[in-house]
Amino acid sequence: MPKYLLLKHYRGGPEPHRAVPPMDQWAPEDVEAHLAFLRHVAEVLEERGEYVGAQALVPARTWVRYSGPDAAPVTTDGPHPETSDLVAGWYMIDVETYERALEVAAFVSGGPGPGGEPLYEWIDVREVMG
Amino acid sequence: MSEGYRVDEGELRALVPRVLAGLVRRGEDFDAAEDALQEALLDALRVWPEHPPDNPRAWLAAVAMRRLIDARRSEAARRGREEVRQETPPEPVATESGDDTLFLLFCCCHPDLTPASQVALTLRAVAGLTTKEIADAFFVPETTMAQRISRAKRTLRDRRLDEPGDLAVVLRVLYLVYTTGHGGRLDLAAEALRLARQLTLATDEPEAQGLLALMLLNHARLPARLDAQGRIVTLDRQDRSRWNTREIAEGVRVLQSALAEQRPGRYQIEAAIAALHDDAADAAETDWPQILAWYDDLVALTADPVHQDPAAVLGRAVAVGHVLGAAAGLREADRLRAVLGDRHRWHAVRGYLHELGGDPAAAGAAYAEAARRATDVAERDHLVRQAARARAEAQRSSAGSV
Repeated sequence: MPKYLLLKHYRGGPEPHRAVPPMDQWAPEDVEAHLAFLRHVAEVLEERGEYVGAQALVPARTWVRYSGPDAAPVTTDGPHPETSDLVAGWYMIDVETYERALEVAAFVSGGPGPGGEPLYEWIDVREVMG
Repeated sequence: MSEGYRVDEGELRALVPRVLAGLVRRGEDFDAAEDALQEALLDALRVWPEHPPDNPRAWLAAVAMRRLIDARRSEAARRGREEVRQETPPEPVATESGDDTLFLLFCCCHPDLTPASQVALTLRAVAGLTTKEIADAFFVPETTMAQRISRAKRTLRDRRLDEPGDLAVVLRVLYLVYTTGHGGRLDLAAEALRLARQLTLATDEPEAQGLLALMLLNHARLPARLDAQGRIVTLDRQDRSRWNTREIAEGVRVLQSALAEQRPGRYQIEAAIAALHDDAADAAETDWPQILAWYDDLVALTADPVHQDPAAVLGRAVAVGHVLGAAAGLREADRLRAVLGDRHRWHAVRGYLHELGGDPAAAGAAYAEAARRATDVAERDHLVRQAARARAEAQRSSAGSV
């Protein structure tokens, strides 16, 4: 069975289908509904035997590179152009087919946003090499 | 005949430090002795259900010793040597079990080890957990944890282990085990409590009792910390009927006996603060002036608390907010901007103080800043909720004032 990484982004990716403010600016009941949906996603995947893992990432980013044998690594905390991709987290799933991976991604993308309307969030689907 | 005999794993693990300390005291290499004992434990789990031992401790010591001899023989054979040292069977060691625990804690919390190694080694060699259990608790692969443990043991190989170690390091390691132990598949907090209890049997140092009291008084509130959906519930909103009164009573008793020694230290002080929270029938009953007095003592332990103990200054800012008003609390918190300005906790405290001062809009902004810096999903979700709640409240009150 192929494994897929479903990536969620803080920013980057195609033009948003629906622009929404950050979650801390949503109505409290919409926040609850979204967090309940995230728990539901994990439960559904586990129940179907498709769940491998999920992890969220802190938004702060540091780029690092080697800078020679006797020098400290070179780092940069930004600023980065607002358009650069910033991954927010991922699900790793183990599914029968590519079509099923897309189905799961679409399900994740349709989670409730402000006003209870779907977020229509873009999800980046990547197959993991065996 | 021996049908129904079940190995009590808790009892079995309680023997680990005693047997291991006996082997190391007899001059066996810590690394090899620990490996041999782990094998003996696996043997015990296999053999005892059929053939229960008369004296479990002597059985473990004998089997571990045999494993050590076997290992040495095969090592000698590998090197092509003919001569094998004759081994005498282990004799029961006459020291107190408490001394053994302390001795092993000093070995495992050796200052040359990194904190992560100290924790891992303590859990294996003193708490008697398997490598797999420890790996699960820290969400790393078992091979990674095995490697970390064997590196730690290799570091110890060249160190003298017969000198008393640094009790302050041991206390810090046990507290680290406690604080990292919530939420994992394995209850490390319970392990930390067990180890701290053993430690208080081995030393009269009041800080060891202070640490045990602190753990008990915090652990007592754990059942109320999460709601049925797994959401964090802050202290001021917890259902206090779910607190563990037995642990609170024990914590207070241990703390009182520590304080009677008149040698205060940070764990005793933190335990005293926890006891005052535990003592309040509801959040409004909290004795903030007395909590503030203890925080004054806590920050007085270091010469430059803002840099040396910022967590204490931050905790004190909350107490100041309750006693002298939110604005005073915020001024206290502001002293930490350069030190903690990047940490979610600093922003969360500012959010709390703004809310206390009746400024939900500022609170919402501070909670949002905190959420962006949180390093734990449950805490991040909690802070997002706090931000959304405070912002909704700000909108309601501004709409109402129009």
